[in-house]
Amino acid sequence: MASTQQVPIVDYLRIGVRPYLRASECGNCGARYFDRRNACARCGRVEFNNARVSNRGVLRSFSIVHRAAPGIPVPYVSALVETEDGTTVRSNIVDCPPDPEHVKLGMKVRLATYVAGTDDAGTECVAFGYRPV
Amino acid sequence: MAGDSVWVLGTSMTRFGRYPELDAVDLGAKVCLEAFADAGVTVQDMDVMAAGTLFQANTSMGQRIQKQIGQTGIPVFNVTNACATGATAIRTVYMAIKAGEASIGLAVGVEQMGKMGLLRGGSKEEANVYEPAGRYGAVTAVDGVLGTETMPGVFAQAGMAYAYDNEGVGFEQFARVAYKNHLHSTLNPLAQYQKEFSLEEIMGSPVQSYPNTLLMCCPTGDGAAAAVLVSEERLRSMPKRVQKRAVRIAASVLTSDPWVESGQVQPDVNTLTRNAASQAYEKAGIGPEDLDLVELHDCFATAELIHYDNLGLCERGGAGDFIDSGAPFRDGTTPVNVSGGLISKGHPIGATGVANVFEVTTHLRGEAGDRQIEGARVGLAHVIGLGSSCGVHILEKAAA
Repeated sequence: MASTQQVPIVDYLRIGVRPYLRASECGNCGARYFDRRNACARCGRVEFNNARVSNRGVLRSFSIVHRAAPGIPVPYVSALVETEDGTTVRSNIVDCPPDPEHVKLGMKVRLATYVAGTDDAGTECVAFGYRPV
Repeated sequence: MAGDSVWVLGTSMTRFGRYPELDAVDLGAKVCLEAFADAGVTVQDMDVMAAGTLFQANTSMGQRIQKQIGQTGIPVFNVTNACATGATAIRTVYMAIKAGEASIGLAVGVEQMGKMGLLRGGSKEEANVYEPAGRYGAVTAVDGVLGTETMPGVFAQAGMAYAYDNEGVGFEQFARVAYKNHLHSTLNPLAQYQKEFSLEEIMGSPVQSYPNTLLMCCPTGDGAAAAVLVSEERLRSMPKRVQKRAVRIAASVLTSDPWVESGQVQPDVNTLTRNAASQAYEKAGIGPEDLDLVELHDCFATAELIHYDNLGLCERGGAGDFIDSGAPFRDGTTPVNVSGGLISKGHPIGATGVANVFEVTTHLRGEAGDRQIEGARVGLAHVIGLGSSCGVHILEKAAA
């Protein structure tokens, strides 16, 4: 059986044996970015390094989305996660019932990846979310 | 009194709602002519014009309105700044007068949205072949997968982040904000919706993005508002009865969002509002305790609650107690959104920042009818547009 090709949903998600998020980190002040920047929005310097973002964090904020554009399955939990190394990430909470009784501010979460779709060439798209721990 | 102040000379707004038989130019032209009449001036007097619209930003809105009200050849600034578009139009005219390039000018904000529904948040289309695209190298649409991009959700997250940091803030406090604004709207004939709802009805209405239910979200709609601004020197040359109704702009401030760590994934609506408020209070020489009324940007109930704190209306972290105490109700210590706010009055985006200056001006003139805040002398108008941009205007009843 041929191995299935996989691609990450966004380029800052690094997939493999141990998936993680990769940020571009300002060489001067340490501000992190998930997209390319011409200069640091915080300090204006132009040197950046790659940084590995911690997979563990806490739920800093969320919304349980019941109304979305056509084709997007609802309800889902949109979350702001503050990682252990102080980077805020936005993604969905996964493997958790989407209600205020189960989704709690301050709860500990951990990065989780899953296959979110397959294209016509049979390539799988790997997405990430955060799972309560 | 500062001799170089800028004053609101005349103002007008349409009732917000739906005007399928008119277009945005009709709505804009109507309020401009009404604002001229209110100010006792004509289009021939104008030195400068600023026109704000978001969804028709590339259509020369100012010039199109001029073709309905008078083409005199004055400079037009067509402006757009998300939900702060109207405030940006006012500030543009304000700056032209302050700079001495104009002595009187017209600011207008218009929008025709119809029933647009959710703003932002793309529909999900499975890519045929995954190819990275855009600044994040996304191979497919990410809305609903990597969190939400919809406005009810983004502002829900802003409110819940405040709840994380502060005691006594939750679903019920957010719902109470909407209860207040719907209640206030029953006194405002210019509001899109003028209906009271119980707290239970608000909490029980369909959830859009928890904790925001349908009755905690502003509607889309159509509308326009205009204001004529004038220099103090020009105002003094006008009849006494005109001077008497003029309202002084004690502060006009526009800010953008400074860097914060979480800003790349969640627009920060707090810091730029705090910055705008502190600059405005300093310029006006007053504090939040001096305000007789506030019109702030309650696009969602979660937004209004956090702006109590951002504008310094309550103690730091105390927005939950503030709403629970009744302080922002029209009979409370700091009436907030006595117009019904965006939640009930409506939010035709380009018009909003001019309409809240209209509202505060009308109260300071003592002409707000059933919804009048008695004896109002100082008021604040606040808007925020994601991207982000924040406008704060402090208005003062004062004799020229």
